[in-house]
Amino acid sequence: MAERMQFEYNVDGGNFTRAGYASSEIKKILKKLNVDLAVIKRTVVASYEGEVNIVAHAYSGTIYVDIDTERIRIRLQDEGPGIPDIDKAMEEGFSTASSQVREMGFGAGMGLPNMKKNTDRMEITSEVGKGTTVEIEIVLK
Amino acid sequence: MGTTFFHHALKFRKDTCIGCSHCMNVCPTQAIRINGGKAELTDNRCVDCGKCYMACPVGAIIVEQDDLSRIFEYEKRVALIPNVLLGQFPGEVSFSQICSVLMEIGFTHIFEVEQSTGILHEAIVERMQQEDDIRPMISTFCPAIVRLIQVRFPMFINNLLLLKPPLDIAATYYRKKLLDEGADAEKTGVFYITPCAAQIAAIKSPVGDEESPITGVINMDFIYNRIYTKVKQGFSGSKSCSLPAIQPLNPEDMLWSLTEGESRRMPGRALAIDEVSNVIEFLEKMENEEISNIDYLELRACDQSCAGGILTSGNRFFTVERLRKRAARAASGMLNMLPDEGGKKIADYATYLKENLRVQAVKPRSMDKLDEDMGRALSKMRRVREIMNDLPYVDCGLCGSPTCSSLAEDIVQGLSDISHCIYIQKRMEDEGRISNKDSMEIMKRIWGEDKFKGQILDQNKKTQGYESN
Repeated sequence: MAERMQFEYNVDGGNFTRAGYASSEIKKILKKLNVDLAVIKRTVVASYEGEVNIVAHAYSGTIYVDIDTERIRIRLQDEGPGIPDIDKAMEEGFSTASSQVREMGFGAGMGLPNMKKNTDRMEITSEVGKGTTVEIEIVLK
Repeated sequence: MGTTFFHHALKFRKDTCIGCSHCMNVCPTQAIRINGGKAELTDNRCVDCGKCYMACPVGAIIVEQDDLSRIFEYEKRVALIPNVLLGQFPGEVSFSQICSVLMEIGFTHIFEVEQSTGILHEAIVERMQQEDDIRPMISTFCPAIVRLIQVRFPMFINNLLLLKPPLDIAATYYRKKLLDEGADAEKTGVFYITPCAAQIAAIKSPVGDEESPITGVINMDFIYNRIYTKVKQGFSGSKSCSLPAIQPLNPEDMLWSLTEGESRRMPGRALAIDEVSNVIEFLEKMENEEISNIDYLELRACDQSCAGGILTSGNRFFTVERLRKRAARAASGMLNMLPDEGGKKIADYATYLKENLRVQAVKPRSMDKLDEDMGRALSKMRRVREIMNDLPYVDCGLCGSPTCSSLAEDIVQGLSDISHCIYIQKRMEDEGRISNKDSMEIMKRIWGEDKFKGQILDQNKKTQGYESN
């Protein structure tokens, strides 16, 4: 059976001090696994964007990571307001972030497009008032 | 672990080491283990930052240097001095006194390393314009940082400036100047007075470049003692030997090796970070994509940069203060200059030096990976996770590895055993799986027989550091 590892990280909504913790852990794991540096970079860009999205918009969330020798899959699942119009959210520059969040250097409206750009597959499912799940995949071979 | 990539100037003396593990606990790259009661260095993890050297209470870690008598193998004997040497001494010791003692020791020429920073500065600015898609550019000034990026942050290998440090440029210039003046290449020796071990290692095995223009290295603490002894014995410089002639140094170049010495002169948004743990913390964040829009990074392994080099003798904060004051005096024309030695200046060789400024690409030497093969690395990671389930998360270091997670990785790599953990041993004893005697044997294998006899410190070579620590 092919080797496979799974990891799970909790993310607090609104806690920007800790935003990036999960992505940092994912990066450390990929470095230990001798994954190509360019792939690590793409993965971290995408997971960091997704993690900050949870912190900025949701009440809480969980990041599930699933790695084998073929691919890296990350599911970012949150309990939050949900996205009313996913197509619009995917447009570059579209943002609902408050000015307070923008001042912290977040919320430029590049998050989701940037995640898509850096991954091989991305799927968003969302229910307004309940939460959002973003699944990304990066192919290794 | 396979081939050794790096030459290290730090040497661990087994005969002096008491296996106290202070060095293991401060090593920022977890390169040290305890085995048989002695500290052991994993060469490929070490970046020569010198934290271990500072932490050792018994002087068991030494910095290899060239014997001073080696200078007499040469007719032209150049002392290449970094500005921090001048900052070591209290105000009453003058630059001319320092230079005079160096001449009395046997050097025939003295040249300040920072003379080369003007040319280097221009080259950096040019390179940043050419490579405007690479940001941030990371300075290759500090050799310990270059190695740190190789072993811990290979993602930033392409961000390295890959320009020679001031030391190499200064040595190249001075050697060429002497040769142009008719000196014999074979009989010209350029000796650098170093404030740190990383520069020695870089000279003995340059990271990118093939051969160093530097003949040998003398440790700064050694020279400091020679100079200070002479001064204290009433040596007055100009009376007992001729006043050396030296080229005048541009005031703003004097501060290059201090923190912000580079960054304050760089275009765009430039940041200076000193002390290796601070650098690691920052690079981790940068690797996490949390930091962007920086144009230039000046990273130095020592606190207060070279003023805090492990071979310095003066207090690093006073050194910084003295050098800043000196630069300010020089800027306002208040500094007494020594006579100019004449001849061609470094600026006259600017074109030649700039053509030879690049160093070869630096290779990544990642020490983080559990295995080359990802499938095997995954299996190992699974094992590490299983082992971690049993470990106490105390990071006590009694197993001979610095942390629980490093023990888990050492076990998986076949370098240690789960029974080395004192908590596991207690459990095994409690469950009747090993005897108390077995447990004792394990601890003796890690820490040596002597640790369990008392009187670790030989009364004759009583350690200086311990009572006050």
